[in-house]
Order: sequence, then structure tokens, then C-alpha cells
Amino acid sequence: MDLTSISPTLLIASLMVAATPILLAALGELVVEKAGVLNLGVEGMMIIGAAIGFIAAVEIGSVWLGFAAAALGGAVMALLFGVLTQLLLSNQVATGLALTLFGLGLASLLGQGYVGIKVDALPRLDMGPLSDLPFVGRVLFGHDPMVYVSLALVAATWAFLRFTRAGLILRAVGESHDAAHALGYHVVRVRLLAIAFGGACAGLGGAYLSLVRVPQWTEGMTAGAGWIALALVVFASWKPARVLVGAYLFGGITVLQLNLQTAGATIPVELLSAAPYLVTILVLVLISRRGRRGGDAPADLGRAFHASS
Amino acid sequence: MIALERRPTPSRVWAWASPLVAVALTLVAGGVMFAALGTDPLEAMRTIFWDPLFGEFAFYFRGQLLVKAGPLILIAVGLALGFRAGIWNIGAEGQYIVGALCGAAAGLAFYPAETRLIFPLMVVCGALGGFLWAMIPALLRIRFGTNEILVSLMLVYVAENLLASAAVSWLRNPDAVGFPGSRNLSRWDAASNPELIAGTGAHWGVVAALIAVVFAHILLTRHLMGFHIKLTGAAPRAAAFAGVRPARLVVFCLGLAGALAGMAGLFEVTGPAGQISIDFASGYGFTAIIVAFLGRLNPVGILLAGLLMALTYVGGDAAATNLGLPSAAISAFQGMLLFFLLAVDVLTNFRLRVKRREPRVPQPAPEAAE
Repeated sequence: MDLTSISPTLLIASLMVAATPILLAALGELVVEKAGVLNLGVEGMMIIGAAIGFIAAVEIGSVWLGFAAAALGGAVMALLFGVLTQLLLSNQVATGLALTLFGLGLASLLGQGYVGIKVDALPRLDMGPLSDLPFVGRVLFGHDPMVYVSLALVAATWAFLRFTRAGLILRAVGESHDAAHALGYHVVRVRLLAIAFGGACAGLGGAYLSLVRVPQWTEGMTAGAGWIALALVVFASWKPARVLVGAYLFGGITVLQLNLQTAGATIPVELLSAAPYLVTILVLVLISRRGRRGGDAPADLGRAFHASS
Repeated sequence: MIALERRPTPSRVWAWASPLVAVALTLVAGGVMFAALGTDPLEAMRTIFWDPLFGEFAFYFRGQLLVKAGPLILIAVGLALGFRAGIWNIGAEGQYIVGALCGAAAGLAFYPAETRLIFPLMVVCGALGGFLWAMIPALLRIRFGTNEILVSLMLVYVAENLLASAAVSWLRNPDAVGFPGSRNLSRWDAASNPELIAGTGAHWGVVAALIAVVFAHILLTRHLMGFHIKLTGAAPRAAAFAGVRPARLVVFCLGLAGALAGMAGLFEVTGPAGQISIDFASGYGFTAIIVAFLGRLNPVGILLAGLLMALTYVGGDAAATNLGLPSAAISAFQGMLLFFLLAVDVLTNFRLRVKRREPRVPQPAPEAAE
């Protein structure tokens, strides 16, 4: 095994790319869960975003419109979940699973004619002399624009939840929908908006996979990324900044195991490929040990709201 | 405007009618989808739902029906028990794979012995493998309060990697040159899971599925454990006061579901699939979730739902070869079915009331969330 073939600069730069899809998806899900809704359909919305984003980018010829279409597709899927759980009061866990199963089927149906096609990847942002700095230039100033969009979104979400009135209402709805309702807030409307936002973020994350990271469409390409995003929200104790840390940690593990595979490590390939999932389980255990069940979770997470009851 | 009004007790009529309405709605929506794909919807429906049962080649398809329904029912029965108690094991796919691996490994250890004792041993090992794989999320939930949904799902991906490594290294057929995959178990008499009655497709897995349905039905209607499961699902606090031990329930529900899924995997690998190969995992563990809900988490309902879902698989294959319908269309169709079911389900607990909008009073209570 030749560990010197792994360059730390490239490792860090590529971990940011690897982390961006789950960062986006997890950020969306965080807002949804803050509003008291548990949407387990992240995987389904992500793969729909990956498929629609890719198709739109190929057909229209613009990667940016691809991202826009993916966000829209994710939001539409999420609203399907929203209508079922908020208006028809279906079980959130079951509906989320249904969204994932349906999304996986629909995405492979949509993407049928697009296997093996390539799109032009997003160009890396050139920030002049900044990008030429050793190490820092490659790590901080040499990415495609979506990486910066995701970082900006982390900051925006944090500020929105913490400092704005709308963010406060959203949190109130998540902590106690009965109290929020009694105060005259539209619980269902707030939740539907949050759900649509979560879907759009998941769609963006999926499109980042198919348009930038890979960049190709293959069936089932999310490979559990949506579920890892869900785990990440728990890991982050529902705090945006910690989602960022978690996503980059996770991205680091993914990239490291890929690098170890190519460097010809003596560890079996299958164990390396399974490593991100094993680490996720380990992290979940450590987190739940610390906080016991749902210490930081929004109090009304996953509970259905009906004004009469 | 139309408003929902909670029923005092869930409607018995709708509990039975909603799956039927959901199936009908799915047929309509599926027809639209097929039409959008350029297939004649009526012909697609006939190919999927009618021809496999009564068409020209029904003798072939009818056999396939039980082959597909067996594992679906076996897995779904176990899952449904957990779902009823609010224990969400969605990693049945992983338990199915690990069960198949353990069972196959136990059997292959005795290759090429010829005694009929090997097959029962493999069944036990398969169940044990699935059970142990399910114990990981169960014990983590009991000991640390870790979310079993995420852990059981993550373990599916771990199991898939385990399967890949088994197929290319530690269970690979030593006599095959260069090909991944284990020895063919279905052609080794001591380990094979043959068709019991020619032409029906019924193998030991189908028998096990029927036994599981009966067992689960008795458990839920006649046994204290079944009562505890239902009570915990309906009112967790009341269950705690009634002395239900949640930890025992978690171990029981996850363990049983894991053992059943593991057995399903073993019956598959020794019968229809024949060998451990990289593409052995076929998504039964996930489709079984739909089956469990479509069957209203009721063992008898699951039996019917499993047959219906098997029909969509078999008919979908037929439509893929005859009409060129993409095979992914069927999984989207199955997902749609679950959606409609969950949507129609609202009528079990609520009734629709057409209300006239009340005139605004000076200090209006917040409008019921529309």
C-alpha cells in the first residue's frame, strides 16, 4: 500500500465535493424536522432530483437550469408527502418510506434513456490569484459554485432559524403545534412550506450527485445518501453548523475509503465500501448515548396535527 | 368547503374498503402513466393483471406467482408485527441477505455430503443469521436508544457489501473458473428447495409463509404478546402502565422479523435463485413494506396483498417482454399503490364533511388548518 499517493490537499478538496450532496439534503431535512415533521423520503426526493436535474441539463443544455429543475422536482415530490401527511393525516413514517420507494422507481423510469450520457461539469470558480495559493487556494477557493451555494445555505438557515420572526414561528410549530395553533399561526401552512423547502434542498443535493460529483446518471445512484442525511440531522442535534461539520466528516470518510481503495490497501474493498455506513451507525450510537432519546429533538417531531383534536 | 371530522371510532367498513379503493385509484393513475409511456393502458393492465392468471401462458405464470409471493408474505408478516407496535424495521432486505449467506455457508460447509438433514440445518442457520442481523438495531435501541429506522437501513448497505465479498471470495465456487458466485445449491439434492407440487411454484418458503400467517394471526388475536404489541402501538403510555416491557417487545418484533426475513432469503437462495451471486438481493425486503401496509398490517390481509404484489411482479415481467414496458414502471406503480393506500386511509379515522363557511365573528378562533 502506498499511502504517499494520497495527497492531503486533494483529499480535503474532494471531501468538500463528496459532502455537498448530503449537506444540502440534511440542511433541508433539518428545517423540516424543526417544523415538527419527520420526512423519511429524503432518499426518494434526492434521486428524483438527480434524475430530473440530469435530464433537464441534457435537454436544455444548461447545468444551472438542471439544478433549478431538480429543486422544483424535489419540492413537488415533497409536497406529495406534505399533502398526504398534513392534509390527509397519514402516518409520517409510512408516507416517507412510500416517497422513497416511489421516488426510486420513478427516477429509474425517467432516467432510462439517459444512462451513459455525459454532461459538461460545472467549471471550477476561478478566483484569480486566490485560487493559485498553495493548499489554501485549492481547498478554499477552487471549487464549483454549488459548494459555495451550499455553504451560504448553511449560514442562511442558521440565521433564519435563529434571528428571524418566521424562523421563530417555524420552531414554535415544531415544538408545540397546539400552542402555535392557539396563537393563530397556520400550523399546516408553515409545515407545508418547510416540507417544500426540504424537498428542494434534497433535489439540489441529488442533482449535485448526477451533475457534478459523478457526473452521470446511473440507477440507484444516491446509494443511501438520503438516509445518511437523515442520520446527520440527528448527529447534528438539529443545529445547522453541526450539520456542516457532520457532512464534512462523513465526506472525509467517503473520500478516504475511496483513496485507500485506489492506493491498494490490504483491507478488503467491501469493508471499505461499507465503512461510511458503519461509521454512521457508530456515530448514531455515540450521539444517542450522550443525549438519550430525543434530547434535542423538536418536541412535536413526527406527530400529526388536526385542529379538532 | 370540505373539512375532516374525526370519527369516534375507526370505521370498520373503510378499514376493509380502503385497500380496494387504493387499488382502483392506482389502476387509474397507473393507466395514465402507462399511456404516457406510449403503451395502451388497457392492454398493459390486461397483460399485468389478467394474462398471468387466465391467459394463454397462465400455466407458466401461475407458478411464478407463489415463487414471488412466498418471500414477500414471509417478510411482511414479520415486519407488520413490529409496525403495529411502532417498531420500524426497514432493513429486512439486509436480514434477508444475511440469512441467505449464513444458511448457504452452513450448508456448503458439508459439501458434498448427501443427507437430508442439511436442508433443515440451513433453514435454522438462515433464520439465525437474519435474527442476529436484526438484533444489532434491536440491542442498540434498547441499550443506547439509537433510532432503529436508520440503523436497520444502514445495515442493508453493509449486508450488500457482505454479499459482494461472499460472492467473489469466501463463498465462491472453487470449481468455477473466474466466475463470481457460490456453488449451485438448487442442484445439490441435500440442500435444494424444490418445487413441492409440480406447476404450482410452491416450495418450502411458501409453506413457511402460510405457517407464518397462521402463527401471526393466532399471536395477534389469542396471545398476550399480540395484545401487548397492539396496545403499545395504540397507546404507548397505557402500555407502560399495563406493565409492557418495551425492551422485550423490541427484541421480539425485530428478532422475529429478522428470522423470517432470513428464512425467506435462505429459501430463495436454495430454490429460485439457486446460488449466492452479486445480484442476489432483489428488493423483496423493501417491497414487503408495501405488502405489510397494503395488508393493513393484518396477517390475512398480508396474504392477499402479497399475492397481489406478486402479480404485479409477474405481470410486470410479462409486460416488459411483450409490450416493452420498462421494468422500472412496475416499481413506480408499486410505490403509487402505497401512496394511494395511505391517502385513502384517512377515511378510516375521519369522515368528510361539506361545511358552509361560517360567517366571520368579531373574534374568530383560528380557522381550522385547511
